[in-house]
Amino acid sequence: MALFQIAEPGESAAPHEHKLAIGIDLGTTNSLVATVRSGIAVCLNDEQGRPLLPSVVRYHVDGSTESGYEAQQHQALDPRNTIVSAKRFMGRGLKDIAHVESMPYDFVEAPGMVRVKTVAGAKSPVEVSAEILKSLKARAEAALGGDLVGAVITVPAYFDDAQRQATKDAARLAGLDVLRLLNEPTAAAIAYGLDNAAEGIYAVYDLGGGTFDISILKLTKGVFEVMATGGDSALGGDDFDHRIYCWAIEQARLQPLSPGDSRLLMTRCREAKEYLTLNAEAPITARLSSGELVDIKLDVATHAEITRTLVSKTIQPVKKALRDAGLRVEDVKGVVMVGGATRMPQIQKAVGDFFRQEPLTNLDPDKVVALGAATQANLLVGNKTGRDEWLLLDVIPLSLGLETMGGLTEKVIPRNSTIPTARAQEFTTFKDGQTAMAIHVVQGEREMVSDCRSLARFELRGIPPMVAGAARIRVTFQVDADGLLSVTAREQTTGVEASIAVKPSYGLSDDEIAGMLRDSMDHAKDDAIARALREAQVEAERLVEATEAALAEDPHLLNEAEIAKIRAAIAKLKETAAGDNRRLINLAMDDLGFETQEFAHRRMDQSIKRALAGRKVDEIRMGEES
Amino acid sequence: MDLTADFFSLFDLPRAFRVSLSELDARYREVQAQVHPDRFANAGEVERRLSMQWATRANEAYQTLKRPLERAKYLLHLAGHDIKAESNTAMPADFLIEQMEWREAVAEARGGRDHHELERLHNRLRADVGARYEELGALLDDVGDHDRATDRVRRLMFLEKLLHEIDDALASLED
Repeated sequence: MALFQIAEPGESAAPHEHKLAIGIDLGTTNSLVATVRSGIAVCLNDEQGRPLLPSVVRYHVDGSTESGYEAQQHQALDPRNTIVSAKRFMGRGLKDIAHVESMPYDFVEAPGMVRVKTVAGAKSPVEVSAEILKSLKARAEAALGGDLVGAVITVPAYFDDAQRQATKDAARLAGLDVLRLLNEPTAAAIAYGLDNAAEGIYAVYDLGGGTFDISILKLTKGVFEVMATGGDSALGGDDFDHRIYCWAIEQARLQPLSPGDSRLLMTRCREAKEYLTLNAEAPITARLSSGELVDIKLDVATHAEITRTLVSKTIQPVKKALRDAGLRVEDVKGVVMVGGATRMPQIQKAVGDFFRQEPLTNLDPDKVVALGAATQANLLVGNKTGRDEWLLLDVIPLSLGLETMGGLTEKVIPRNSTIPTARAQEFTTFKDGQTAMAIHVVQGEREMVSDCRSLARFELRGIPPMVAGAARIRVTFQVDADGLLSVTAREQTTGVEASIAVKPSYGLSDDEIAGMLRDSMDHAKDDAIARALREAQVEAERLVEATEAALAEDPHLLNEAEIAKIRAAIAKLKETAAGDNRRLINLAMDDLGFETQEFAHRRMDQSIKRALAGRKVDEIRMGEES
Repeated sequence: MDLTADFFSLFDLPRAFRVSLSELDARYREVQAQVHPDRFANAGEVERRLSMQWATRANEAYQTLKRPLERAKYLLHLAGHDIKAESNTAMPADFLIEQMEWREAVAEARGGRDHHELERLHNRLRADVGARYEELGALLDDVGDHDRATDRVRRLMFLEKLLHEIDDALASLED
């Protein structure tokens, strides 16, 4: 133990200060926010002591919104302006959305992603999600009393690039700094694994409101390694509600319902489904706007019968994931159940039968994802928990590929590749003097491009004119730790960096995001410039702190001149960050980044060498301190 | 150490076909524990980018060294012997005939939905492949005969593909 700390003037004297970080489970039906307090992950409740925030947003004519329970109460009253299950529309076009006919919305097809027409104008699912995130952010700030350093936001493991990007855009719109997009089943595995000191192969069966994931993980001392993942990003508890709703309409011989009646009956069906968790029979009663009374009963056996195909639809991906992981049912040591929909007895039975063991339900299936996300957020911001640090190795759920001749897909990065990952592919020209080439990036497992999701179209221009087949264009796919793809291209023989025009086939452009950000600012009477300045200052502070910590830790990697240069850049950044010129702050940050580039390389090199020498930095320190 | 160091030196393992997989697992995890982006989530942009490059490299190295066929190809590549799989498909006639027989047996078992027979073929082929890797190990590590090793690798590419097809057939019977 160090008895006292020596701080250089201007150096941070409190490197172990607790940083405020949160984990958010942005769910289809409900959302939660959690944090780590005194080493324990806890969900943050609202003023009424409720942990859940219904993922419902209602728009008013003046552009103001209400979210959560408040909005939920108005579902039947104001169905067109009260948006539920927006997660189902993230990164999706109108044709991708199931059961459009039973939804009360005015959908507007927009390039890339569907919009919903409300009294406050057409809203993108990204904007709706941002409202939910803003509510959770406000809740966390009130509870924790300070600026948040960042958030881990969970996404279904089976979310594709478009859906992940949409989630990240929503966070940006809500003013959240995203530390990481974390897969929901992986978050659950962290919460479960750390609590139970679990070792071995575990399956996480995660049936949420609108999405289904199965992940197979190998847990070994301090490492969570996802071996395979699978699922269906359009299958969840909502579909069970819908099945009951269709059954109820048939039983009660109802005529087509108004949007309000439809919402009301859907709510009653959902309540019946929940009631059947602990009871043998559930009533479904609703007084329709016509005065007609719906009064029927649903029993457990009928419920199981009418949802049988939905249940079996979840077992197929489980089989596939096990196969992808190269494992058999017997290899699985435990099955962790996640998501409110796993409370349904027919789900528990089907999963138990398949794995030939009782599924684990000792963690609250509603909270476990948020708790795991908070735990990971705490690790990512560098708060020491007293627990050993753990390592998370996750994968991409769907193969990434390119369109080739005849509309066929050529896989570049196969599904279940550990991220981050990169792969380069070489192309050539097929005509003499060809100077441009179109490249179409897709995601999915199917052979035909038309059956996969189109992610982006790129045009490579400025290829030097050569005879056909002489150009060698190297296209590199890079998937980062959030599971997000970026693509770069370069002509190899001449070294000419081909210019790339990106036309995303989905999602929002930077301009659209900026526009939405401005709108929401105007509405909140916030000052966009002030906020951008504050963000730059926080970023600068963070960079200064990290650099000073690195200098204190590894001064031996630098000579005096190098140290002096870095110190000067730090001083300059501190000086500009105290002012109000955002451009100068960014320039000073770039300068410090430049000055520390070589230092970062040497530190990375040193840590790898130490790790391979079998002496982790922590052990060295422990040795020194004891 | 830099990003262009070969995969064996990245994990500080001897450059050989015979590797201890448990050792490789351990080295991979030790390296990832140091370089993974989760360690740099709160760092500056330079370190975050560097961390992504290193973690990407470590994953690529691990995936290559973990699989015997990829490992062998990589060793031959380091020794300047590229497989040229696409441009050089000429194989001895007896090997090709043997391949055709295998394929016929698999097609027949699949057609008859004969799960048992597919399992039997799978096990037989697996044993055969195992023995060929033993031989490949000797060629690469003991004899240093890269020409013959290249030939063996090309045969194994056929056989691994066949194993994969039997796996797919078994999977389609299960569904």
